[in-house]
Amino acid sequence: MSRPMFDEMNASPSEVRAHYENYARWLAQQPEEVMASRREEAEMIFRRVGITFAVYGAKDEDGSGTERLIPFDLIPRIIPAHEWHSMEEGLVQRVTALNRFIHDVYHDQEIIKAGHVPAEQIFQNAQFRPEMMGVDVPHNIYSHISGVDIVRAPNADGVGEYYVLEDNLRVPSGVSYMLEDRKMMMRLFPELFGSNRVAPVAHYPDLLLETLRAVSPATTAEPTVVVLTPGMYNSAYFEHAFLAQQMGIELVEGQDLFVKDNFVYMRTTRGPKRVDVIYRRVDDDFLDPSVFRPTSTLGCEGLLGVYRSGNVAICNAVGTGVADDKSIYPYVPKMIEFYLGQKPILNNVPTFMGRDAEDLKYMLANMKDLVVKEVHGAGGYGMLVGPASTQAEIEDFRKAVQANPSGYIAQPTLSLSTCPTYVQSGVAPRHIDLRPFVLSGKEVQMVPGGLTRVALKDGSLVVNSSQGGGTKDTWVLED
Amino acid sequence: MLSRTADHLFWMSRYTERAENTARMLDVNYQTSLLPQSAAVAQVGWEGLLVISELMPAYNKKYGQEITPRNVLDFMVRDESNPSSIATCLKAARENARAVRGALTTELWETQNQTWLELGRMLKSKNFERDPSEFFEWVKFRSHLSRGVAIGTMLQDEAFHFYRMGTFLERADNTARLLDVKFHAVHSDFFGNASELDQEYDFYHWSAILRSVSGFEVYRKVYRDVISPERVAELLILRADMPRSLAASLNEVVNNLAVVSNDLSAETLRRAGKLKADLQYARIDEILATGLHAFLTQFLDRVNELGGRISKDFLVPAG
Repeated sequence: MSRPMFDEMNASPSEVRAHYENYARWLAQQPEEVMASRREEAEMIFRRVGITFAVYGAKDEDGSGTERLIPFDLIPRIIPAHEWHSMEEGLVQRVTALNRFIHDVYHDQEIIKAGHVPAEQIFQNAQFRPEMMGVDVPHNIYSHISGVDIVRAPNADGVGEYYVLEDNLRVPSGVSYMLEDRKMMMRLFPELFGSNRVAPVAHYPDLLLETLRAVSPATTAEPTVVVLTPGMYNSAYFEHAFLAQQMGIELVEGQDLFVKDNFVYMRTTRGPKRVDVIYRRVDDDFLDPSVFRPTSTLGCEGLLGVYRSGNVAICNAVGTGVADDKSIYPYVPKMIEFYLGQKPILNNVPTFMGRDAEDLKYMLANMKDLVVKEVHGAGGYGMLVGPASTQAEIEDFRKAVQANPSGYIAQPTLSLSTCPTYVQSGVAPRHIDLRPFVLSGKEVQMVPGGLTRVALKDGSLVVNSSQGGGTKDTWVLED
Repeated sequence: MLSRTADHLFWMSRYTERAENTARMLDVNYQTSLLPQSAAVAQVGWEGLLVISELMPAYNKKYGQEITPRNVLDFMVRDESNPSSIATCLKAARENARAVRGALTTELWETQNQTWLELGRMLKSKNFERDPSEFFEWVKFRSHLSRGVAIGTMLQDEAFHFYRMGTFLERADNTARLLDVKFHAVHSDFFGNASELDQEYDFYHWSAILRSVSGFEVYRKVYRDVISPERVAELLILRADMPRSLAASLNEVVNNLAVVSNDLSAETLRRAGKLKADLQYARIDEILATGLHAFLTQFLDRVNELGGRISKDFLVPAG
């Protein structure tokens, strides 16, 4: 591929970027066999600690189980302080605007009236929840935990620029890997943390608990906060259990909850106990069988009624999906201008929308150069990376797009930045992204950095763990 | 605490304890089978094992009528279709632990997880077939470790008490079954009459029972005399200072139950207390006079009922 590349560590084969100098010098001094044994040690520890995820429908060769490790790479992704500060500012701005947008959608719909977002984009969106119309939520916050995916790509001058790829406002996951990766790095290479000023991230569970308590209903001074999980066979179960443990709160399943007299209770060994805040890791569809999917056993019957009365807080709120849809994404810069009167700090990736006749024409004519995505796809499924696809794959996708144009969007294929990574043949550049976790309660805050995911296959741009992606520790260097 | 969490903790410890007791019984049987004795005697031992766990029909279905040591070991160790095999118990213990890993200390969770990971490796490597005793020893030590880690790291809150309750309820059950089957093997019901079988057989039979509950040295220390069935029964039923006896197990069940009592549990606590008192004030000659089998059958029923009541009061409450 002749597209320009941007490597986070190496400005050129002979030149290391300033913020990586210290680390690169250290790395060059490490004997190969030491690094190899550290890699084995890391894998052994991850297994013992049980930091695994379940792959749907998968079985090991011996049929013994479906728990897999997410590969962990030893070389950290390093972000200099000044880059992080502007990214942080951009994230606060973006998430603030998105929360304002969701509140607007479920109340006065000013942005539609002003003609900035077409009404059908919202009302025909499967993630729009009419049940939420006119419902007031504490501090008008809907997305309490936002996992914003950011990538870096070179501009025409070869300078790396950050772009937001998607805003995950429903139940973003991965934060446990951010924390465990750091723990692992400190365990394997304690000396690195003496010689580099790496901003700490371990206080994330504290910030999360503070955020959750901040949105408790006014009915109690000492709120009972719980994490709601679909159960131990969910792919992110480790994270649910981890966060509940770190915050010192109960990890509940739907069967543990019930509604009585317009309050939510959990079944305890000392009788029913009222629940005030639910950090749910269950999708809207499964939350309440009496309102959403009637066959769901993962939620709690009557929960939405209690929620609408303001007697329980649900985080993230019901109906946030209307704002993180790929077809709403192109309007986020407008939201920032409309609600905050500011210029967006973080870039959006230019996006062509299938619903627009002009855009569609361009999409169909240039599929081999574009990334085409299903509007409702997630997890790296339902997308076509034009330059990496065969003619036949492109034709199949073209038919799908033509059959349902508004179900698709397309973006130019960004040449995601790379970071040196351990692979079979040694160290080689692999594409990465970044997911910072933005918390919105009384204020918007986050820990420095986020989760760096890396596509381990040569040339692959898909970083999702379900598609063979790995993770790296993410360092924000303090000045 | 959450009822479901308590339930998982209760069963995590029960399954761990069950795996340990199964390993103990299998080991003693295996060791005894190496002694010079008639094949019929060894056979009685292997049959007894299946009877203890009420698994004879399941075994026959899978392996036919013939009881061979190899098949019994295979069935009781690695067979995942057998709900009481060591593999099933350790897997169930780990699944219960995983369901509430957030409620466990990191050390306790890692211990349970590590046991399960190593079990997979050991069964795959055929280590167990090469040296069954070493494998049983390993199971016992993993259980010791898990219990020690729990006691050494857990906050002594409700979670801890439900965890302990599971351990001792299971132990009471397992020890009672062991006694019942082993005494049954020599007498259809034991009323305290001296055995008519030859003395040598007796010695190995009773000392095997004692060894399976780590009680051989304890017996010598307590009685300083030859091994007699009456005293074996007394030691394993009534001695509150013998850690695997029925009395010791019931004491722990009652102690832990009393701490977690709630609005529903008064009757459960009363029955547990009564069962404990019945042991506390019993005499072995009285028990034997009415028949050991009858006594143990009734005891097992009461322990089973206690488990059901604990479940209803705390672990799986209605509404």
